[in-house]
Amino acid sequence: MERRIVILGGGTGGTSVANRLRRKLGDDARITVVDRDDRHVYQPGLLLVPFGLAVPEKIVRPRQQQLRDGVDYRCGAVDRVDVDDRHVQLLDGTVLGYDVLVIASGTRLVPEETEGLHGPGWHETVHTFYDLDGATALASALPTFDGGHLVVNVVDMPIKCPVAPLEFCFLADWYLRDRGIRDRVRLTYVTPLDGAFTKPVATRTLAGLLEEKGIELVTEFNTGQVDGEAGRLVSFDERTVEFDLAVVVPVHSGEEYVGRSPGLGDELDFVPTDESTLQSKVRPDIFVIGDAAAIPTSKAGSVAHFEGEVLVDNVVRHLAGEPLASRFDGHTNCFVETGFGKAMLIDFNYDTEPLPGRFPSRVGLPLLRESRLNHLGKLMFQSFYWRALLPGRSIPGITAAMPRTGKDFDALTGASRQ
Amino acid sequence: MPEKVYAGTAVTVNDEGFFTEPGQWREEMTSELAREYGIERLTEQHWQVVKHMRYQYEQNGTGPNVRALARSSGVTIKELYQLFPKGPAKLAARIAGIPKPRGCI
Ligand SMILES: Cc1cc2nc3c(=O)[nH]c(=O)nc-3n(C[C@H](O)[C@H](O)[C@H](O)COP(=O)(O)OP(=O)(O)OC[C@H]3O[C@@H](n4cnc5c(N)ncnc54)[C@H](O)[C@@H]3O)c2cc1C
Repeated sequence: MERRIVILGGGTGGTSVANRLRRKLGDDARITVVDRDDRHVYQPGLLLVPFGLAVPEKIVRPRQQQLRDGVDYRCGAVDRVDVDDRHVQLLDGTVLGYDVLVIASGTRLVPEETEGLHGPGWHETVHTFYDLDGATALASALPTFDGGHLVVNVVDMPIKCPVAPLEFCFLADWYLRDRGIRDRVRLTYVTPLDGAFTKPVATRTLAGLLEEKGIELVTEFNTGQVDGEAGRLVSFDERTVEFDLAVVVPVHSGEEYVGRSPGLGDELDFVPTDESTLQSKVRPDIFVIGDAAAIPTSKAGSVAHFEGEVLVDNVVRHLAGEPLASRFDGHTNCFVETGFGKAMLIDFNYDTEPLPGRFPSRVGLPLLRESRLNHLGKLMFQSFYWRALLPGRSIPGITAAMPRTGKDFDALTGASRQ
Repeated sequence: MPEKVYAGTAVTVNDEGFFTEPGQWREEMTSELAREYGIERLTEQHWQVVKHMRYQYEQNGTGPNVRALARSSGVTIKELYQLFPKGPAKLAARIAGIPKPRGCI
């Protein structure tokens, strides 16, 4: 009997999982991917657009082109999921029944949750680079910025790619130096966290880098209001940060249809999910990949990639009536652009914070240290994304399980050799 | 791990003042905990939030962040900041005797 697998979202996670499942199951399953548009954006490229280091047209490709033959693609917006009757309803009225549902609909930006963010000054003095329109508008605005206070602000966690705002600061510093106006600009990073990053060892390194580059750091700032006219961020505990140009990362939520589907999501419309098996806590026939999952890991493409291996194995087992055996350890791997043709690399999981050392083993890319090699790695990531990550291929030597050899665990006790 | 005494009972907390063993927490400890963090008198609304925080922890294994706390408790973010100035989620978690809400990485 043909099994029906419906995948909601044809982004990083949905596309790679559809391709993996098709390879594994062939004609034994009917696989349908639903997405509301046919423009797949390479999101890491959004960071580069404002600085003219990437052009918008070059980072967008049709979604269908990324899917293997035999995977059905349906362009339409999901209206709701009925988890009891096992079907998905699209806005155009189509109903899709499923035996297994994979939720891969990512996260959405909700600037409207912050007072004033969409008000006067939006796309003029207040910008974001987290979507294509925003990044494009900022690419036009940055060249006219000749001095003053440039503020980069994360409104609240969780956000996708939590290092991207820091990378933006480092690239802005480089860009302004290149233009010869760095001394006319005060550059400040404003975060709700109590440090530059979430984990102690990486926080120390990243805070050091900010200081070295003369970027000020304001912590525990929970933005309640953005006033584009007056040029001011106001926190809920009534502190203010004045700006001439603000680059804001808005609040993130899960998708609206999750909230409209009874029993599917949590308060923020993310889907409660077992962090190890990636099976939802909602129903055994619903699995979740990528940013849509409420699990304690980074919302990053690399995570979706590593999750893919585990999720597909578990979906196949579930269809065969076997116990789920694959376990995700929270493996995350991020390049952090630091400007001047250099980057850092961080690699971590649920239990191990980002540490110095080498990746993937003692011979490899330097971890938590700036290097040109890492920058080349980041540049190569784009072709790797289209050619290996989306097709759902594994990379030789790099698996879903975080490698331990090469990592300097002594750094945890402060006795690092580095 | 530092030890502290609330309502006459010794409990263990971490360096940031979060309970390491939520099972040691008792309702009688809340007013002392609140005073330690600068809240002189616990109102009905404080209580509602603290209890809610505790409940969420028991359900999900972690307390919610401030936005999720506002959504699920029905108290707006602004009000939460008035009740627990400077970081409602963290403050309410300390008073509710649960670990620091797991920030997303
Ligand atoms: C500026 C920036 C830089 C980044 N840099 C990096 C990086 O360097 N490295 C890294 O690993 N990650 C990076 N990321 C994060 C990465 O892009 C995401 O984590 C990744 O895309 C998550 O994959 P996903 O499949 O969960 O969601 P997405 O890829 O966002 O896909 C979700 C899909 O669901 C669709 N969808 C949603 N709702 C509906 C609906 N109701 N109906 C139909 N379709 C729907 C959307 O259209 C979308 O196509 C970056 C992100 C940003 C914004």
